[in-house]
Amino acid sequence: MKSLAELAAIREKMKDKIVLREGTSTTRIVVGMATCGIAAGARPVLNAFVDGVNKEGLASDVVVSQTGCIGICQYEPVVEVYKAGEEKVTYVKMTVEKAEKVLKEHIKGGKVVTEYTITAAQNA
Amino acid sequence: MKELSLNVLDIAMNSVKAKATLICIYITEDEELLKMEIIDNGCGMTAEFLRGVIDPFCTTRTTRKVGLGIPLLKLAAEQTGGEVSITSKHESEYPEEHGTHVSAIFYKKHIDFTPMGDIISTVTTLIQGSPDIDFEFLHTSNTFEVSLDTREVREVLGPEIPLSEPEILLWIADNLSEQYKNI
Repeated sequence: MKSLAELAAIREKMKDKIVLREGTSTTRIVVGMATCGIAAGARPVLNAFVDGVNKEGLASDVVVSQTGCIGICQYEPVVEVYKAGEEKVTYVKMTVEKAEKVLKEHIKGGKVVTEYTITAAQNA
Repeated sequence: MKELSLNVLDIAMNSVKAKATLICIYITEDEELLKMEIIDNGCGMTAEFLRGVIDPFCTTRTTRKVGLGIPLLKLAAEQTGGEVSITSKHESEYPEEHGTHVSAIFYKKHIDFTPMGDIISTVTTLIQGSPDIDFEFLHTSNTFEVSLDTREVREVLGPEIPLSEPEILLWIADNLSEQYKNI
């Protein structure tokens, strides 16, 4: 059973880490979580980013957050990536598989996955 | 919505927007019925605003920000023969105890009943997005009870560790899935 005692043990392990981490992130991944996003499948996409950032050990550098309706409902699930010193990248019609690729190639590798961006979708 | 748990997520997002500090999600079921309640202590809605929320086609543009969430829940409930009811106390009239109570009843045996789906994911998504809000989750039937109260989690963690930390979200997901497994 995942008991409260186990939670207390996690707390002890995390205490020092939290202090070090504060204010150091350089990348922000924002997932649209309004009705339009949720209906289109944003929940598993968000969770793929949260899990992926943790598994890849990127938590000190990358923040995953949620936002409301961005106004381009037909392109949901929409994910925006903000990297320090770079222009915002908007990914559209996201899936768990696409999220994993964005995490690997863009967030980790620094190379935008052009085929998933809104620009690519609009020119298609 | 493909899962009722997505409706839960969507409706609870309204509570987040209403600046609630406590959001209760109660699911109660037996063989026939499933009742879903989302109760918050947010700013609430005025009687006029509430009318617009329930009937989206009579609404004016100022009520647009609530959008399609309630109509979609209403559709999901009514297509099983169930119903949605909403009561709300707006902070302007009830400065002490304001908030909104959304309640939906579903007939589980109806062919158009939408399955619950991944409710654990809905709970962790809410906590990830709003780590400062408290959530009380309670799913009961005549044979089981699954519960989570972030106030208890917070008490163990202390003020310095946010609930949105991946390790904590993982513990919450594991805790809930173990409770469901033991049913």
